Amino acid sequence: MTDNLQLNAEGKLKHFLSIEGLPKSLLTEILDIAESFVGIGDHQIKKVPLLRGKTIVNLFFENSTRTRTTFELAAKRLSADVLSMSISTSSTSKGESLLDTIRNLEAMFVDMFVVRHAISGAAHFIAQQTAPHISVINAGDGQHAHPTQAMLDMFTIRQIKKDFSNLRVAIIGDILHSRVARSQIQALNTLGAAEVRVIAPKTLLPAHVESLGVNISHDLTEGLKDIDVIIMLRLQKERMTSALLPSESEYFKCFGLTEDKLKIAKPDAIVMHPGPINRGVEIDSKVADGPQSVILKQVSNGIAIRMAIMAMAMQKQGAN
Amino acid sequence: MSLIHIKQGHIIDPVNNISRIGCVYVAEGKIISVTNEPAGFKADRVINAQNQIVCPGFIDLSTRLREPGQTRKATFKSETIAAASAGITTMCLQPDTSPVIDAPAVVELIKEQAKKADYPQIYPISALTQKLEGIELSAMLSLKQAGCIAVGNANQPVRNLLILRRAMEYAASHDLLVMFKPNDYWLGNNGCVHEGAFATRYGLPSIPEAAETIALAQCLELVELTGCRVHFGQLSCKRSVIKIHQAKKYGLQVSADVAVHQLHLTENDIIPFDSNYHVLPPLRTEADKQYLRQGLASGTINSICSDHQPHDVDAKLAAFPETEPGVAALETLLPLMLKLVAQGIITIEQGIASLSENPARVLGIKSGALTEGFAADICIFDPKLTWQVNSDNWKSQGVNTPFWGQTFKGRVTHTLQAGKIIHCLEKSGA
Repeated sequence: MTDNLQLNAEGKLKHFLSIEGLPKSLLTEILDIAESFVGIGDHQIKKVPLLRGKTIVNLFFENSTRTRTTFELAAKRLSADVLSMSISTSSTSKGESLLDTIRNLEAMFVDMFVVRHAISGAAHFIAQQTAPHISVINAGDGQHAHPTQAMLDMFTIRQIKKDFSNLRVAIIGDILHSRVARSQIQALNTLGAAEVRVIAPKTLLPAHVESLGVNISHDLTEGLKDIDVIIMLRLQKERMTSALLPSESEYFKCFGLTEDKLKIAKPDAIVMHPGPINRGVEIDSKVADGPQSVILKQVSNGIAIRMAIMAMAMQKQGAN
Repeated sequence: MSLIHIKQGHIIDPVNNISRIGCVYVAEGKIISVTNEPAGFKADRVINAQNQIVCPGFIDLSTRLREPGQTRKATFKSETIAAASAGITTMCLQPDTSPVIDAPAVVELIKEQAKKADYPQIYPISALTQKLEGIELSAMLSLKQAGCIAVGNANQPVRNLLILRRAMEYAASHDLLVMFKPNDYWLGNNGCVHEGAFATRYGLPSIPEAAETIALAQCLELVELTGCRVHFGQLSCKRSVIKIHQAKKYGLQVSADVAVHQLHLTENDIIPFDSNYHVLPPLRTEADKQYLRQGLASGTINSICSDHQPHDVDAKLAAFPETEPGVAALETLLPLMLKLVAQGIITIEQGIASLSENPARVLGIKSGALTEGFAADICIFDPKLTWQVNSDNWKSQGVNTPFWGQTFKGRVTHTLQAGKIIHCLEKSGA
């Protein structure tokens, strides 16, 4: 069901909910189309008329600045009308169900929902329940998936490394709670990366994590050997209060990326982070701002990749 | 009460070790003879049971009819019709109604509802602790006197072991059976699926086996300490079966059941984010399923229950972790048991015993057998009749089942409860 839900009868993208179930050709197509949007930010007029007359609603049931802003900018650059709603404190707190919120917005003739929600499966649920002409883009659901983030990461990796087949990628930190990591792992494996390695203490790894197609290390010094791409994950403060970790400083000592640790990886390794970063917790400022860091590049690429996905879900091709 | 002659059926009665073609004679609501026609018997009603199986009516150890308090999900009326159509003549009701079954007045209310629904054989399970909160003991003796057959805390764990110990001691002093669903609150951690590959892939909050096995092991220790009789309900994993086996071997007076869906489904069967697969305990692995099946075949687990939990549509209409757990399961109980027989896991006699003789033993009631003088609780089913789970055939108000749309073999044609025909397939029009 999840496999087909995302694609229409012709095998084209209808909803973008998770990387799982999408073929390599489609992921590559997303990256290629995003390529055509990259230059637009530098133009005098930063717009293409692909989604003119379409209405896109950003439904953010969970706080976010970066993701919401890039989705908003992407929609505007495609000439769509955009409405951004933060719902965490409005209707749901009055007891309105998720489905009722969706039904009400549907009645306002929207064409696309961009959804972020704290519960895994929320985007799938909306895609299943919403009117057939509406597309749903998952902007992060619980601990399940954040596929647009994963695609912008793939885009950034491809820009620099060109090809996935020889790449060894390490994802470091709170894999257990990370929707970003799940989507990255699926994307990297679909695109044919040589190895995906997760590096974390056992408390931050989900059970049977190897079933996702990754190698496991509990030691950063060991784990960084031969690595081409380092992806650091954000460490939430709640992890300490729920006894998953003793302290921030101990975490930094074991799993924080410093200049010394970075030297263990390949000399041309790149450092990525989905943001927002915790300086001195998972990453040292010198690394975050250093020459191997591509963290800000990821942010700019976020707009192009989201333009590509939104255009494709609305059955429009790239910027011509 | 009419005189009923059930003619030429394949009688299977594990208690009396009967498995042969024959007749059953019912008078005054009781079974008066099996096989031999009593002198001068003039039947008011003859039921032709040729090519059908005639067996004791089924006893369901864990059911929810949602009354009082949750009639939007189901009612006594809707669910007793569903139960009758499934050959179930006796049901034990879990105490998690609203209000909770923790006061004799609620028991009286339930008895009244049962009478109104014309389905008297309903046994409420009283709450072990008040409001199921796990803090203060319920008035178990008064509840027993009001008609509760056992005590239990439904799906709610008793977090404090001292309170559990005292509850078990108190229950033991009144010779009350405790029905215990092992589930450690902290390890359960508000999960909704098994802690395994599926949970990892879909980022769903998960429940490890240890949440069940640790609670089970603790309770077994308390059985030894308190001498309380305990029945463990709805086990889900391999190590639980092993623990029950060891405890029985060691000499503890314990028994166990399994919800029928656990014998057929695993985490691999879950259609991603389909809330009909949201059950507690969660669907586990293939190895767990195999052990549960073996445990049933070997008798370590002696009963199968439906763990029926009908829901309204809204309860299942949300993102998976936000939905309410449970399956509407009365009507698939028999066909799913028969599937185990067809797969060679258990014999038909074992299957019928697990739905009648054994639960009757657990409860200590004079039922679950076609013994002369027993109330005529009888199920007659056609083991070859196929039917589809769809809105034409389904009686329960809850349609929350992962088996919706599937075709099953085996359908109840008649159900007698204390000699009264409470279901007749031809008449029900399905």
